[in-house]
Amino acid sequence: MSTRKKVLWGVAAAVIIFYCLFPIAWIVSLSFKAPSDLSNQSFFPSALSWENYELIFTGSASDLFLPALRNSFGICLIATAISCLLAMFAAYAIARLDFPGKTLILSTALVVAIFPVISIVTPLFNLWRNIGLYDTWPGLIIPYLSLTLPISIWTMSAFFREIPWEMEQAAQVDGATTWQAFRKVIVPLAAPGVFTTAIIAFFIAWNDFIYGISLTSTEAARPVPAALGLFTGASQFEEPTGAISAAAVIVTIPVVVLVLLFQRRIVAGLTNGAVKG
Amino acid sequence: MASIEMKNIVKQYGDGFPAVNDVSLDIADGEFMILVGPSGCGKSTLLRMIVGLEDITSGEMIIGGKRVNDLAPRDRNLSMVFQNYALYPHMTVYENIAFPLRLAKMPDDEVRRRVTEASDVLELKDHLERKPANLSGGQRQRVAMGRAIVRQAEAFLFDEPLSNLDAKLRGQMRTEISRLQRRLGITTVYVTHDQTEAMTLGDRVCVLRKGKIQQVASPRELYEQPVNLFVAGFIGSPPMNFLPATPEGNRLKTPFGDIEIEASRASKLGGHDLLMVGIRPEYFEDASLVEEHKRPLGSTFRARVDVTEWLGDSQYAYIPYEAPEAITNQLRDLSRELDAEELRTQAIVSIDSTSRIREGREAEFWLDSRKVHVFDPETGENLTRDAEAGAELTRLATQDRVEQVEESQSRASAEQETGGATAASA
Repeated sequence: MSTRKKVLWGVAAAVIIFYCLFPIAWIVSLSFKAPSDLSNQSFFPSALSWENYELIFTGSASDLFLPALRNSFGICLIATAISCLLAMFAAYAIARLDFPGKTLILSTALVVAIFPVISIVTPLFNLWRNIGLYDTWPGLIIPYLSLTLPISIWTMSAFFREIPWEMEQAAQVDGATTWQAFRKVIVPLAAPGVFTTAIIAFFIAWNDFIYGISLTSTEAARPVPAALGLFTGASQFEEPTGAISAAAVIVTIPVVVLVLLFQRRIVAGLTNGAVKG
Repeated sequence: MASIEMKNIVKQYGDGFPAVNDVSLDIADGEFMILVGPSGCGKSTLLRMIVGLEDITSGEMIIGGKRVNDLAPRDRNLSMVFQNYALYPHMTVYENIAFPLRLAKMPDDEVRRRVTEASDVLELKDHLERKPANLSGGQRQRVAMGRAIVRQAEAFLFDEPLSNLDAKLRGQMRTEISRLQRRLGITTVYVTHDQTEAMTLGDRVCVLRKGKIQQVASPRELYEQPVNLFVAGFIGSPPMNFLPATPEGNRLKTPFGDIEIEASRASKLGGHDLLMVGIRPEYFEDASLVEEHKRPLGSTFRARVDVTEWLGDSQYAYIPYEAPEAITNQLRDLSRELDAEELRTQAIVSIDSTSRIREGREAEFWLDSRKVHVFDPETGENLTRDAEAGAELTRLATQDRVEQVEESQSRASAEQETGGATAASA
């Protein structure tokens, strides 16, 4: 690459990074501004203030925020785990076995994935109230599965297809049952795929707002995105901007940590050396 | 160790295409059997049916006297080396080799002993803690073999194991496999499309064409007494030359002059107007270099040489000839089926490397008429095949095998004893 090209690429990258990260920087900056400082007409706070963080962790908003944080973590982790497990079996069957209705399953999954959430929220709200799932953890986990399963099946079946058939056949000839071959050979090889899928599924569940706000009413099950919407200012004349910003920053942290943690796992190419390449 | 018997094995795919069609084959205990044929002949499918990775449509598969048609691969106790090795990339070489033993729930010290033994034989000792991704092609190949030999399997199955290696390594591994098989004396089925491997490794070779067995015989018999045009054209490199011929009593009129054949052989040719003579390149010679007393055993002819190839130890000359359309079509079909690209009607003849025959000139050649074969161009059948002589060749090969196995096993046990003695004295 010539120097000119390098410079152009560098400039383009900088523009994109600025475009993507500026709102985040803004939120971080907002979260450190005291309420009186919010409209100071400048990007940086006049004085660094922890007031907003105090508000959501120990102050009046903590009743709303802390249970929501707990709910969000619990619900999303459970939904992700179930979705990954189910998707693993489904994807394995789709990638390996020949059965009637295979394309039907895949296309149905796609249809479910693109189905507008808002149109089923109202019927679901009624149904959940009647059968007692309204405002409970399972009441959110089940809709979250419908969001995460389709995408999980699609990504994982792509990963399973990458694993050479011979791996499994070799294991069978070596004396493994189908289950042993799956557990000892296929799953370790599919691990990067499973981690990638898990992260995607977790994000989807973590970011949901519509189900969260519609299917909960108390701190028993309300997740963070819904709780943020219910923040109020200290008085009715005050916007809760600072508190929301602080909470948004806090909520972003687990996502960043998750990606950093599994980044190395996601690197594909674990199957290098399995077969002659 | 066990014998493998196949009775009328058929493999039909969903669309009714028979990949393997009515194959019956007996593989003796300890025998090295090669399945060979051009691509798409069903050899790999047959191997996968033996190991159980492919369902058998009809027929019986009997391993060690037990019908295994409905057994899962793991219950057949066979070991297999895949074409692309199929090593487990997330395990070390040690764990790869140990995998079958771990599945059999063998105690750790026994696993260690066996893996060490196998890695000694295959010279993998220094690589046991590495991952397959970091190994060279030849090393991966040896790991795959280690995984096969580590367990006391009934038979070894190889699916084109050397096709991914470069030429030099392939030669090395070929002798390695041969030695290993003799040493362990274990029944082996080996699939290849490479006829060098077929000829050098096999006790017997099974030539397949479109899912059907053409001939099962020792390499020598295949070479000297092929059963039909297909086998004759497939075995041998450069391939056998096929010339059009019309019979006249004991003589065959060919583009390269008249060839006289023995009366006993000529009598089998009755009732055909057009024949095909099969002559191997080495049955030709530069006439000026043939000793006087040999000359009457063959015939001489003059022809223009198109191209010569001098290889140091040998020399080939290419001689074009005219052929009737029926023969040309037949030859074209044959070469297409054998995955060969040569479509021109030309004979490849092997002449002495000191010969001064030059390209573009006319020269005199001598051809040994004693070993030529005559084929029916329509059915491809070899009309002059001597079945008894062929059977004798295969019988001799079987005898050789038994002797070789005994010798290499007694040598191996002697090695072990001396090894034990040194260990004891140390």
